[in-house]
Amino acid sequence: MPEEKREIVIPSQFLGDARKDKAGRGTFIENGKIYSERLGILSKKSEYINVVPLKGRYDPIEEDFVIGIVEEALASSWLVDINAPYPALLHVNEVPWDVEFGDTEKYLNHGDSIMAKVLQVDVSKKLQITLNDRNLYKIKGGHIIYVEPSKVPRIIGRKGSMISLLKKYTRCRIFVGQNGRIWIDGDDEGIARVLYAIRKIEDEALSFGLTNRMETFLKKDAKDVR
Amino acid sequence: MTVVPSIKRDYLSKLAKQGKRADGRKFDEFRKIEVETGVVSKAEGSARVKIGNTQVLVGIKMDVGEPYPDSPESGVLTTAAELIPLASPDFEAGPPREDAIELARVVDRGVRESEVVELEKLCLEPGEKVWIIFIDIHILDHDGNLFDAASLATLAALFTAKVPAERFELGEDYPLPLQEPPVSCTSVKFNGVVVLDPSLDEEEIAEVRLTVATDKKGDIRAMQKGLNGSFTKEEIKKIIKASIDNGREIREMLYKSIGK
Amino acid sequence: MKSEVKLIDNDGKRLDGRKPDELRKIKIEAGVLHRADGSCYLEWGGNKILAAVYGPREAIPRHTQDPLKAIVNARYNMAAFSVEDRKRPGPDRRSREISKVISEALEKIVLTEKFPRATIDVNIEVLDAEAGTRCAGLTAAGVALADAGIPMKDIPVACAAGKIEGQIVLDLGKEEDNLGDADLPVAIAPRNGEILLLQMDGHLTLEEFDRTLDMAINGCHIVSDLQKKAIMEKYQSVLEVE
Repeated sequence: MPEEKREIVIPSQFLGDARKDKAGRGTFIENGKIYSERLGILSKKSEYINVVPLKGRYDPIEEDFVIGIVEEALASSWLVDINAPYPALLHVNEVPWDVEFGDTEKYLNHGDSIMAKVLQVDVSKKLQITLNDRNLYKIKGGHIIYVEPSKVPRIIGRKGSMISLLKKYTRCRIFVGQNGRIWIDGDDEGIARVLYAIRKIEDEALSFGLTNRMETFLKKDAKDVR
Repeated sequence: MTVVPSIKRDYLSKLAKQGKRADGRKFDEFRKIEVETGVVSKAEGSARVKIGNTQVLVGIKMDVGEPYPDSPESGVLTTAAELIPLASPDFEAGPPREDAIELARVVDRGVRESEVVELEKLCLEPGEKVWIIFIDIHILDHDGNLFDAASLATLAALFTAKVPAERFELGEDYPLPLQEPPVSCTSVKFNGVVVLDPSLDEEEIAEVRLTVATDKKGDIRAMQKGLNGSFTKEEIKKIIKASIDNGREIREMLYKSIGK
Repeated sequence: MKSEVKLIDNDGKRLDGRKPDELRKIKIEAGVLHRADGSCYLEWGGNKILAAVYGPREAIPRHTQDPLKAIVNARYNMAAFSVEDRKRPGPDRRSREISKVISEALEKIVLTEKFPRATIDVNIEVLDAEAGTRCAGLTAAGVALADAGIPMKDIPVACAAGKIEGQIVLDLGKEEDNLGDADLPVAIAPRNGEILLLQMDGHLTLEEFDRTLDMAINGCHIVSDLQKKAIMEKYQSVLEVE
């Protein structure tokens, strides 16, 4: 495993020469020099210099899985809050049900939660989401919490390693939306332990060896409960 | 306004039915309270209170002016509250809305009706000149239960305030003439469960709210019901008891922070 | 009205003991509020400022939306108890003007094209005031914006210089501001020195203006280092666990 050097960078920090390196995500070029455009972690991958954001609102990308909360049922669509700067539109054509014009409230209402996918983000950031997928549906039961979207990769872990640990030792169903919303379902004990573990991961997200520490913690925690 | 997912509402209610709160507290338990006084040098008195993550700053300013016509030998007390946009994504800039006005008036009543400030001792010239006390409540971070944080900060500010006599060439500065303070405790009810010191999540799903201010003897000095739900008589009695018990502890903390 | 107070003596010592090119004491802390997306608490001399950023979020009402970029909406406000004579709550003309020039300064360095139709709300609260609040406020706003993860070309910073009794000095204090000859608050993007905010009141010759501007810009760079340190301190601690 390559030695990970975690360097924090801030906006306007000089990162490299545009003639030698390529400017990746989270950077901008001025006068042939590459600078960071935000607070984040420096990440160099195959000549690309990237800045992975440490903070910030969710910026929707097509194909992202997200957890949305329905704001309003309109005549042939719904307005859904996906924790982005803009509400997303869910059209009746994008749901697995046969919805008659004006009947939208029968299916989804203010306060309902859904697992959806970002369908389209146009140039002026108008958003559309879809429920047309086997893995997408209206959520029932469980609990929803919110984490900083920038922490989501840590909670999922490399190739899902962290979230597998969480599921294994708590026997809970967990779905992590790219938009920072996490749905947890299981028995009360399990849910409480997942919540605790997630807050721990949030606090220690940048530290090294977190996956191993979490495994030790979850194992011990599971033993204590039994 | 941010939408509260019904799943969260259901989960909190389910927990509550089992006697639990999302943050692990007991139903009649306050979050961690921190009181810091003398934080604004330009103010005659000031205090910053944190209850959990909720943060409120209160500043006391004083001036000399005319008394109210119906109380010519009494100082004047006036309270204002600002829910500044800084404190929550749901607060907008602009003139105070009903929430801010209600907050100011509830804190004001708690201070006024308990007569914690001896206004009759703040008269300079009967009918002509009295001291005017301005209480300004500045919400900095909203994570539930602004009423109690604002009330406590107001008391801490009053108890460490100095009347600015020197600036008005009326002698030396001296502390405000004060009596025993009332302490306010707020509870909310959701899905048939009553909890004290609601967190933001609990406030968001609350159906009804009750603030009770009690004094050292355990007598009630002020009450305010808010939101459009209802309480049973038993629930109110339970809330009053929890308010008296917690009020006692908070009063101790207040005395410690003002060096009494 | 001629004052009896001597603002600066023959050795160049000012009323509060500072040298002509010395800043007041500054303390900066990033990420101090729970609800805000980004925040900063800043003390500058006797000034106490709290800045908070919310956004990018949808600009409401709809008609204020710009289809091509985000609006940066800075709101500068002084708490009623922040000044010697209590100030009536609410924006007055001075606060609205300061809000406007700060918004314009911030708009220049925030990468607004990334968030069309959105708004980035910057709230600056002056809790305790002692001359130079607009510079302190903008400086705090810069840290709060970085703390909120807002994409920017640079972290904006501000500082003032002025003239008292014929001498050019850095960072006017209260009496110097009231009784001095000129005050020049300046905000820059420190990386390339672009001037984002510039106001002047008083009387300066062209030569004096040059010197005053240079002094203010130097002050900006010193403060910029403090901003960056504050941000790194906040996030560096998260790297070291165990």
